[in-house]
Amino acid sequence: MAYPTAYRYTKEHEWVKIEGNRARVGITDHAQAELGDVVFVELPTVGADVKQGGLLGTVESVKAVSDVYAPVSGKVVEVNRDLEQSPETVNQSPHEAGWIAVIQLADPSETGGLLDAAAYEALIA
Amino acid sequence: MRYIPNADADRQAMLREIGRSSIDELFADIPQSVIDAYRPLNLPPRSELEVFDELTRLANANEAPGRVPLLGGGVYDHYVPRAVHHLTSRSEFYTAYTPYQPEISQGTLTVMFEFQTMISELTGMEIANASMYDGATALAEAVLMAERIRKRGRIAVAANLFSHDRRVVNTYAWAAGIELVDVPFTSAGRSDLARLPEGISALVIQSPNAFGVIEALDGLKARLGDALLIVATYPLALGILEPPGAFGADIVVGEGQCLGLPMGYGGPLLGLFATKKEHLRQLPGRVSGRTVDVDGRLGYTMTAQTREQHIRREKATSNICTNSAHCALTATVYLASIGAGGLRQVALLNLEKAHYLATKIAKLRGYSLVFEGPFFNEFVVRPSDGDADALRERLEAGGFLVESSQAMADLGVPNALRLAVTERRTRAELDRVVDILGGKR
Amino acid sequence: MRTIFERGAAEAADGIFPACDVPAKGAAAWLGAGLVRSKPPRIPNTSETTVVRHYTRLCKLNYGVDDGIYPLGSCTMKYNPKVNEDTAALPGFTDAHPGADERYVQGSLELLYELARLLQGIAGLPAVTLQPVAGAHGELTGMFLFRKYFESRGETRRTRILLPDSAHGTNPASAAVAGFSVTEIPSNARGTVDLEALRAQLNDTVAGIMLTVPNTLGIFEENILEVTRAVHEAGGLCYFDGANLNSFIGRARPGDMGADVFHFNLHKTLSTPHGGGGPGAGAVAVSKPLVDFLPVPRVVKRRDRFALDWDCPKSIGSVHSFFGNVLVAIKAYTYVLQLGDEGLRAVSDNAVLNANYLQERLKRTYVLPYDRLCKHEFVLTSEGLAKGVTTLDVAKRLIDYGIHPPTVYFPLIVHEALMIEPTETESRETLDRFAEILERIAAEAREHPELLHDAPTRAPVRRLDQTTAARNPVFTFPFEAHPA
Repeated sequence: MAYPTAYRYTKEHEWVKIEGNRARVGITDHAQAELGDVVFVELPTVGADVKQGGLLGTVESVKAVSDVYAPVSGKVVEVNRDLEQSPETVNQSPHEAGWIAVIQLADPSETGGLLDAAAYEALIA
Repeated sequence: MRYIPNADADRQAMLREIGRSSIDELFADIPQSVIDAYRPLNLPPRSELEVFDELTRLANANEAPGRVPLLGGGVYDHYVPRAVHHLTSRSEFYTAYTPYQPEISQGTLTVMFEFQTMISELTGMEIANASMYDGATALAEAVLMAERIRKRGRIAVAANLFSHDRRVVNTYAWAAGIELVDVPFTSAGRSDLARLPEGISALVIQSPNAFGVIEALDGLKARLGDALLIVATYPLALGILEPPGAFGADIVVGEGQCLGLPMGYGGPLLGLFATKKEHLRQLPGRVSGRTVDVDGRLGYTMTAQTREQHIRREKATSNICTNSAHCALTATVYLASIGAGGLRQVALLNLEKAHYLATKIAKLRGYSLVFEGPFFNEFVVRPSDGDADALRERLEAGGFLVESSQAMADLGVPNALRLAVTERRTRAELDRVVDILGGKR
Repeated sequence: MRTIFERGAAEAADGIFPACDVPAKGAAAWLGAGLVRSKPPRIPNTSETTVVRHYTRLCKLNYGVDDGIYPLGSCTMKYNPKVNEDTAALPGFTDAHPGADERYVQGSLELLYELARLLQGIAGLPAVTLQPVAGAHGELTGMFLFRKYFESRGETRRTRILLPDSAHGTNPASAAVAGFSVTEIPSNARGTVDLEALRAQLNDTVAGIMLTVPNTLGIFEENILEVTRAVHEAGGLCYFDGANLNSFIGRARPGDMGADVFHFNLHKTLSTPHGGGGPGAGAVAVSKPLVDFLPVPRVVKRRDRFALDWDCPKSIGSVHSFFGNVLVAIKAYTYVLQLGDEGLRAVSDNAVLNANYLQERLKRTYVLPYDRLCKHEFVLTSEGLAKGVTTLDVAKRLIDYGIHPPTVYFPLIVHEALMIEPTETESRETLDRFAEILERIAAEAREHPELLHDAPTRAPVRRLDQTTAARNPVFTFPFEAHPA
């Protein structure tokens, strides 16, 4: 799967899509493939304040639990409730329909420290 | 030693095979000073015959089984249909390990699933796990779970809990830094729910409680706000009592010894743990789930394991691994044997017989029932101008077993005895109790 | 697999309990209608024939130690002597109520006292509690003891527990339940604790270390004395997980290695059966500084009588309703009495010989990541066996050959791990046959990998869909889909 060049990435395998002053966040195709069939996604609470690098949620497969870290600081303004019923969406569409949360950016400059697609692909190569 | 099949010749051949000259060589990695420090037990090996006789001597040194128990307090003298022991003694059940390989463990996994279903049905809850160690640790784990969910650092606990349950809860709560706030009881023996403490993660209540009294759970959940309602219960009583789930309980735990297990001087026991589906992620312990195999056949497997210690390690919902699987098997076979009809019948026998005795004692001059609340199969009696322990001595001289008055004194009820009556007590036995109390014997 | 809920719901199930022999009034009359059950539990009324056939059919779907070798690493699935079952079922033991006065239960108390004394001797430590009922419960009790010990000394800064990265999951979980945080210590290239990494962590925030001896690779920590000395010098305590006692029982004692707390798994080392997951028994032995903190009540001997001592003001309190899994303790006691000193030593001699014998043979076919003397178990990997073949495939193929697979995917520090513990109760012939089958499977992996991918095909069910089980949890019988 291609890694969208418009996205930014973390070393912990989250992706970020900047939408104005908001950031849509999910886990990368590489991360979902490593985990295997996702059976549960623990979503953050809407309204919660998160810090860059802090815990945002967890993604579980049958035999593993993976923490999802907030790639940016800010307030959680939206979560993907569809994942409660259909966690497999994270496997099927990790970069689109399988998004986990939207964060209202507290400090847009933080995104500067994230990886671009080429750097991320080099990381997982 | 016949539990070790290899003979000396085998051992010598095996050593040659691996290029070692002696068995001692295989222990060369243990520091010599440790080997040198070893001291034997001075215990000569004994034949099976000798050991069986020694164990029989010890068993016979227990006089309790020759007496008629009026003891309760969480463990009871119930009758177990003989077929139960025959089935649970199948070594395919008792020599199996935890069902990590589901394809060759469908017996254990199906039983776990049946057990979870029966406990959910009995307690009126949506889900149950495959067991905890005992009722006390199940309750302690319920306290930890409620605290994980609500995180307020305080839990209200009814003061009329069985002492052994409370002791274990105290230990776990101390380590977790949870403050426990006592809820006092009324003259009816019921928890005083008029003024509940503020800012609690949960309320813990036991019904029937340490006085045998059935608590008033109706409407309680609504008055707790979003604090969780944890109910410890006596599953056999649920054959006739409205289950805690019907009153909105969030977590129901209990001691399952009454479901076909021997008293066994208090162990092994069977911890029951049931809750609502919404709290599944916080549930401690193993669960068996229904699924299909690659050919579409129904089967069972341990599931939701990401909660457990072998995956989530220090973030697990509990450290429990080994549970009371074989005791849960016993409870399942017991319940299957007696059915809902038999469960109702045995619960009624307990209720009627206990009330027969209590009513007779209450009519005797010089005795009163300490609490007026409704009770199931045990109640608390006080001699109005005598000494409870002297009364106990008289009952024991008459061949009965009665708990020390210390048990009630520990709960703030001095000079009183708790008496339990199960389906095994005959009318003749109960009349004899009344005669002893009335001074006729 | 049909459940009991699909069998004979309306059969005759009466005749177990007698009619009521006292004047009966009914539940509502005694209790008032509001307390009386309005809807019966959906537990079928089933004849004895149906019940017996149902559970007999179910038991035959299981594999137990009586069926054959059960080489689960870390689990010590040795044969469970039959006499144990019978001594524990003597009515004198089973019919004793825990609330009975001490004078009526002298037999049970004597047994608990004597077993504790023997376990003290085996551990080389001065006191034992039999209250914990499982290995993890013993660990938790040990962690409570650590907490109380440091609390009593005012050393409340000691909140960290160190753990090797090869530790069982129960270790970090038990430490956490007792309120500690955990720090992992990496293993070195020889598979043992990295002493330098350990020393770097030691300071006055460390409460102690939890070690499994030998460790989960089956390797004895050669530096065990240096490890425990370093922890003690830093003011910490040493916890020994006794899961692997089978490898040195009768030859060495944890007390002589520097253990402050050592838990026994009676359901592993001392031959009591696992029961499909429990009940176990997790007796805990402690060093002198911890004796006063042991759980209440303690079983004591006063002149020639046995008693329960509740007067232990420094105790952590209780960890079990009563006195632990007494009937399990009876089985362990029966076993130890039969073995005696000679037998205990024969256990570790043969357990270690059997493991090394298998290891030497199987390392020719499978990769042995830590190639050295092992104790009672060893860890292979399926990596490199054949492309696309996993440890899970090997395990499932073993089932087709009628053998229970070893522990798989543990310890975590070995990829595609196969953790094999034969125990002393298997014969050379059984070991040879087991090795032969694993060798045949390795050949199949290269030549007919589909045999492994499709396995098992000869079990009551084939591979189960774990994903569906986890995504759509069904934990109770769906009555609504099966109208009565």
